[in-house]
Amino acid sequence: MRERLVEGLFIAPALVLTLVVFVGTMVWTVGLSFTSSRALPIGHWVGAAQYVRLWHNTRWTASVEDLAGYAFAYVLLSLVVGVLLAVLLDRQARFESAWRTVFFYPYAVSMVVAGLVWQWLLNPVVGLQSLFGDTGFAWLSNPRLAIYAVALAGSWQSAGLVMVIVLAALKGIDPEIRRAAALDGIPVWRTYVSLLLPQVRGALVAATLLLAMAAARVYDLVVAMTNGGPGNATELPAKFVMAYLFVRQNVGLASAAATMLLLAVALLLTIAWAARRAVGR
Amino acid sequence: MVLPTTTTRATGTPAATRQAIPPPHARWSRHLPTALLAGAAAAFLLPLWVMLAGSLKSMDEIHRGSLLLPPLRPTLDAWRQAVGALSPGLLNSLLITVPAVLLSTLLGALSGYALAFSRWRASSRALSNLLVLAAFIPLQLFLYPAVLGLAWAGLFGSLAGAVLAHVVFGLALTTILFKGHFEQLPLELLRAAQIDGAGFARTFFSVVLPVSMPMCAVVMLLQFTGIWNDFIVGLVFAGAENRPMTVQFTNIVGTTFGERAYNVEMASALFTAALPLVVYFFSGRLFVRGVLSGAVKG
Repeated sequence: MRERLVEGLFIAPALVLTLVVFVGTMVWTVGLSFTSSRALPIGHWVGAAQYVRLWHNTRWTASVEDLAGYAFAYVLLSLVVGVLLAVLLDRQARFESAWRTVFFYPYAVSMVVAGLVWQWLLNPVVGLQSLFGDTGFAWLSNPRLAIYAVALAGSWQSAGLVMVIVLAALKGIDPEIRRAAALDGIPVWRTYVSLLLPQVRGALVAATLLLAMAAARVYDLVVAMTNGGPGNATELPAKFVMAYLFVRQNVGLASAAATMLLLAVALLLTIAWAARRAVGR
Repeated sequence: MVLPTTTTRATGTPAATRQAIPPPHARWSRHLPTALLAGAAAAFLLPLWVMLAGSLKSMDEIHRGSLLLPPLRPTLDAWRQAVGALSPGLLNSLLITVPAVLLSTLLGALSGYALAFSRWRASSRALSNLLVLAAFIPLQLFLYPAVLGLAWAGLFGSLAGAVLAHVVFGLALTTILFKGHFEQLPLELLRAAQIDGAGFARTFFSVVLPVSMPMCAVVMLLQFTGIWNDFIVGLVFAGAENRPMTVQFTNIVGTTFGERAYNVEMASALFTAALPLVVYFFSGRLFVRGVLSGAVKG
């Protein structure tokens, strides 16, 4: 009897926090999205009106479009660079931990710092542009390209994460497979493409979903690098929520936008769950 | 990026037969992976180098020379300004990070242990699944009610409020990490403690926790970098006088009128990133282990 009580005490922090804080505040936010709340949470029920307004808000639709561009470029670039680095390190036995330290360090740098450094590198006056002449490095002032500049900075931070995940999975493959492939005279690149990378598809799926979820959340990087500009070119949903919560003081609309973010993450988690079952890991 | 396709082929073939007459590109191909890695390393280190070099230059030198060049006449002026401006932020960051890391790690260990071994099996499993979900949901979903809750408790806009927010938002991850770790402990260890008459709590504090110190270090490392580098929680919950370094840093960069002092900005950036980077470079393997065990759970 006393033991059960003790166990209950151990579980209590997690239980209270998950139920009250996570579930409670989430339900509260979703509830607020159906009200006309402005600065204070005291609006009345307006049904789906906030969602209708949200999707008629050009700043929101622009932010969703920008997110699509960002997520595509960021996930693709991080995956390609990360997998390439993992394969190279998998081949290269010497100084592996030194190489890994170099490729993974951006992950320990805060997003605001990363954003500012890349803003500087891509600055038309003092950045890379001034080095190579007018070769098109002025991405940040170009509304069509600015979001890809942010994606480049994001990938600089995340490629190392992909590398670490994929490299750990590659190391776990039975060495017999490599030996057999080498004996059969299969070229190295073929061995990776047809044999080894399919073996680590679980890790590839996990890395892709982690990146996609990180993309949906991205906020500080944009604040430091472009603050949404030029125009709405790098406005993102997470930033939209913050602006309408704390600057524009429109809690109802911000909650509707936050709920859309929740739906996006829920969709990704469902895909993750289905993929894990399909991959069988 | 170019795939190392045909040129690396030679290294994959049985070496013995080829050794007598090496194909013309064999030497080149052996060094290609290293060359590619070196190129990539240079690209990855570029931002760090630019920050370091820029922070040691005068504005005059920044305008005249290339940003890739080392400082020809190094000066600590930019650093003096950056350190002066960011010192309050540094102190706040320490005051927020240290208690938040310790608390979230301890609570994570407690609840991870309970979820791994308690007799309330079904509820434990349900709770663990909820925690995994919670770890992935964007903070924006919790922010406004959390602000109201902390304001109601009189903690909004204080260091304690920021610490509490970090502990709560971090608990999902730390609990999942510890639960995964505890489930891999040898069961004999726990049984032996039980035979000796140790209860649930006693087993945790005198047997499980002491053998889990490496895991504690891993979790603390992850939490330290995460909380130090946080921007949103500090911005929303800490209040104007208690802004952590990251928030103060963006204010410094954003509010300079006229010509931007790039050298001071670079020094501030490096100063803000310094502690996590030092911790990372000295703890490489542990940090990677933590990130991996966190990633696998997702």
